[in-house]
Amino acid sequence: MADVEQFRREVRDWLEANCPAEMRTPMRSEKDACWGGRHFEFQSDAQKRWLDAMASRGWTVPDWPKDYGGGGLDAAQTRVLKEEMASLGCRPPLTSFGISMLGPALLKYGREDQKKRFLPEIARGDIRWCQGYSEPGAGSDLADLQTRAEDKGDHYLVNGQKVWTSYADQADWIFCLVRTSAESKHGGISFLLFDMESPGVSTKPILLISGYSPFCETFFDDVKVPKDQLVGEVNKGWDVAKYLLGHEREMISGMGLGGDKQALGRAVGSIDDPLLRAEIAAFDVDALAFAAMSERFIDQLKAGGAHPAMPSMMKYAGTELNKRRHELVMAAGGSDALEWDSDRSGGGKAARDWLRTKANSIEGGTSEIQLGIVAKHILRLPGA
Amino acid sequence: MLTLTDDQRMLQDAVRPFMADKGAIKAQLRHWRDIGCKDGFGHGLWKQFAELGLTGILIPEARGGAGLGQVEAGVVLEEIGRNLTPSPFLTTAVAAVRALDGSAHAERWFPGILAADTVAALAIDEGRHHNPARIACAARRQGNGFLLDGEKQFVVHGASADLILVAARTGGSPGETDGLTLFALDRGMAGVEIDNVALADSSKAARLRLANVAVDADAVVGEVDGGWGPISRALGAGRAGAAAELVGVAAGASEMTFDYLKQRKQFGRLIGEFQALQHRAAHLFGEIEIARAATFKAAQLLDAQDQRAELFVSVAKAKAGRSAALAVQEGVQMHGGIGMTDEHDIGLYMKREAVLGELFGSPRFHMARVAELSGY
Ligand SMILES: Cc1cc2nc3c(=O)[nH]c(=O)nc-3n(C[C@H](O)[C@H](O)[C@H](O)COP(=O)(O)OP(=O)(O)OC[C@H]3O[C@@H](n4cnc5c(N)ncnc54)[C@H](O)[C@@H]3O)c2cc1C
Ligand SMILES: Cc1cc2nc3c(=O)[nH]c(=O)nc-3n(C[C@H](O)[C@H](O)[C@H](O)COP(=O)(O)OP(=O)(O)OC[C@H]3O[C@@H](n4cnc5c(N)ncnc54)[C@H](O)[C@@H]3O)c2cc1C
Repeated sequence: MADVEQFRREVRDWLEANCPAEMRTPMRSEKDACWGGRHFEFQSDAQKRWLDAMASRGWTVPDWPKDYGGGGLDAAQTRVLKEEMASLGCRPPLTSFGISMLGPALLKYGREDQKKRFLPEIARGDIRWCQGYSEPGAGSDLADLQTRAEDKGDHYLVNGQKVWTSYADQADWIFCLVRTSAESKHGGISFLLFDMESPGVSTKPILLISGYSPFCETFFDDVKVPKDQLVGEVNKGWDVAKYLLGHEREMISGMGLGGDKQALGRAVGSIDDPLLRAEIAAFDVDALAFAAMSERFIDQLKAGGAHPAMPSMMKYAGTELNKRRHELVMAAGGSDALEWDSDRSGGGKAARDWLRTKANSIEGGTSEIQLGIVAKHILRLPGA
Repeated sequence: MLTLTDDQRMLQDAVRPFMADKGAIKAQLRHWRDIGCKDGFGHGLWKQFAELGLTGILIPEARGGAGLGQVEAGVVLEEIGRNLTPSPFLTTAVAAVRALDGSAHAERWFPGILAADTVAALAIDEGRHHNPARIACAARRQGNGFLLDGEKQFVVHGASADLILVAARTGGSPGETDGLTLFALDRGMAGVEIDNVALADSSKAARLRLANVAVDADAVVGEVDGGWGPISRALGAGRAGAAAELVGVAAGASEMTFDYLKQRKQFGRLIGEFQALQHRAAHLFGEIEIARAATFKAAQLLDAQDQRAELFVSVAKAKAGRSAALAVQEGVQMHGGIGMTDEHDIGLYMKREAVLGELFGSPRFHMARVAELSGY
């Protein structure tokens, strides 16, 4: 424990010295996130310096091995780093599907050369990734996907269409599920990585109800993918896909924590309406209890004692909670919160955030799908 | 870490089969209920608690106890809840021990509690809702001692108790926590009228009428006017403990229900195949896990004497109460007609939840507390 305290002091000193003041203010909108990648336009010099400083220590991915660009920290040290960042109000240096989704899958299923090639890039934020899972006909029933990859000897030839691909138009590479065999639904899927600049890839943005346009239709027309960019075995991509989804769900469940961890009642300020105050108090109980659950879930994961389907429970609970939070923020804000384009409302932040949260219980698998997974794999209910 | 340590797991491994066997519903709850026992619990089982070292779980080692904490007490209480085991464990070994610890009364009462010869009760509530700051029961100075006057209700095990801890007002006015004093009353004090009432779950809680009850100055636990110290320690432990027991009630009821979903056939299928029930079952599972985590967190913060403990105790009591209410309601509903029968155990969970939900403050009381402690 003395070591941990020593480490805590070092971390704090380092963060004090290296985290620019601007990066210690709360993010105003999702546009403040640093995504990295080839085409990313840093919002400020401070944003770039902060990313570089953290990446140089491997602290964008503190618990990955040093060999792959990580910080090599153990569970206790990782927690200390997170706590110290939170207490100084440091923004996340990098927001990335590579870190939260692809990285863990590569660590488990990738070949050594693939880990060496891709993981350090992810850690430094050099490449921005997108997720090519959903298709027009295969959303909840993801394994029904039809995008084909034909074996052409030294490469695969990919044809098909994806949909709801977040940030596809800004991404450098895609991790993509493709059908390599028609014989078996789950046993004919493979997991491919490829460059979005490959000939034959095109994207078309879709506008969301929040007025933002973070996702796209993505089309593949005779895209050539080198065979060494297949992760895991051919036709066994479903295992990789599911493992990655577990991590995606874990990440999304973090939304239940609401970022600042402040009691909502305190955050929304004085509440005259006794019924609203009561609803907010009920919400705060649920949110604080969920925060304890998140802590316990991480401890169970580290101790190897978490059921593999637990991320589904967490994702369900966390996202439903986050939606409720924003309903209450809107209720507390009244007509102020409805302003869509005024300066006073920060360009309609409250309303746009509220609308965006409605996707939380859809993206990464809907709430209904998560409940089905819990019923089947944890409760072992029949026929589920 | 919000996971059990090896020692805590060993405790759980010992208590779980003990409670499922010796503390089982048929052998304990139904038995004492059906013979109309005035205590509502069996002293034989309480003695076995002592043999296992459970009665002294919070008593310091220097006084012959196990010197463990709220987390360990919670481990025991979850099993008590799961089996609906009637016993004075929560009030005596958890709440009263915390109230007495560090006072002159510890020496007098701890040996009896350790040996399971002593049952203790807390006389705090005065109205139909828990609200300790509102205590009006008066303690007037008289000579070297005090005269107590007032009424108490929901005094769990009050009629069986050898020791009743009475919270009364020596100063201040209702609404304030300053000016309260905690008194230790022996069984059979003149002027104490005890009305033993069976509650919905067939546990016993008394109504007390205190009329000119004369006590010596040394009946005071801790300081005169400083009763909020021991009272809030007892309440912290009692509330966190009740939350753990509620988690057990929720777990017991839901496990029984999930099993039923796998056995009962309707429309030529197991009812567990219907998605309408599956999704509700999965939701319920999550709510119980979350309540367990919140309860664990509260217990840990209490043990660490962390300043956030009070907030988290209220979070835990509120969350566990609401999750357990959901568990018993879904439990009875998903059992269909059989769930409405006295013969089936699921209804017993519903009754226990109702009592524990109210004990030491309902979810609403604790939600309001969370708002207050968060400053809104
Ligand atoms: C903002 C956002 C970002 C996204 N980003 C990405 C991304 O980057 N990459 C990607 O691949 N995908 C992405 N998605 C897609 C997302 O994963 C899918 O939308 C999701 O899996 C649901 O599929 P669907 O939209 O086809 O809905 P459908 O599957 O058509 O579902 C419609 C409704 O039916 C319900 N339903 C379906 N099946 C069942 C069942 N068996 N039991 C009960 N109810 C059922 C669903 O719960 C839902 O309520 C994103 C979605 C959103 C909203
Ligand atoms: C107090 C009381 C009085 C009654 N009086 C009478 C009476 O006078 N005469 C009489 O004939 N009957 C009477 N009944 C019986 C009553 O009609 C049945 O209890 C009721 O129809 C449910 O049947 P069940 O108990 O077999 O439950 P089950 O059918 O076993 O149902 C168990 C659970 O599974 C659920 N379930 C079952 N099928 C489905 C499905 N397809 N989809 C989703 N969920 C499903 C149910 O909703 C329930 O939650 C009485 C019952 C009670 C409790």
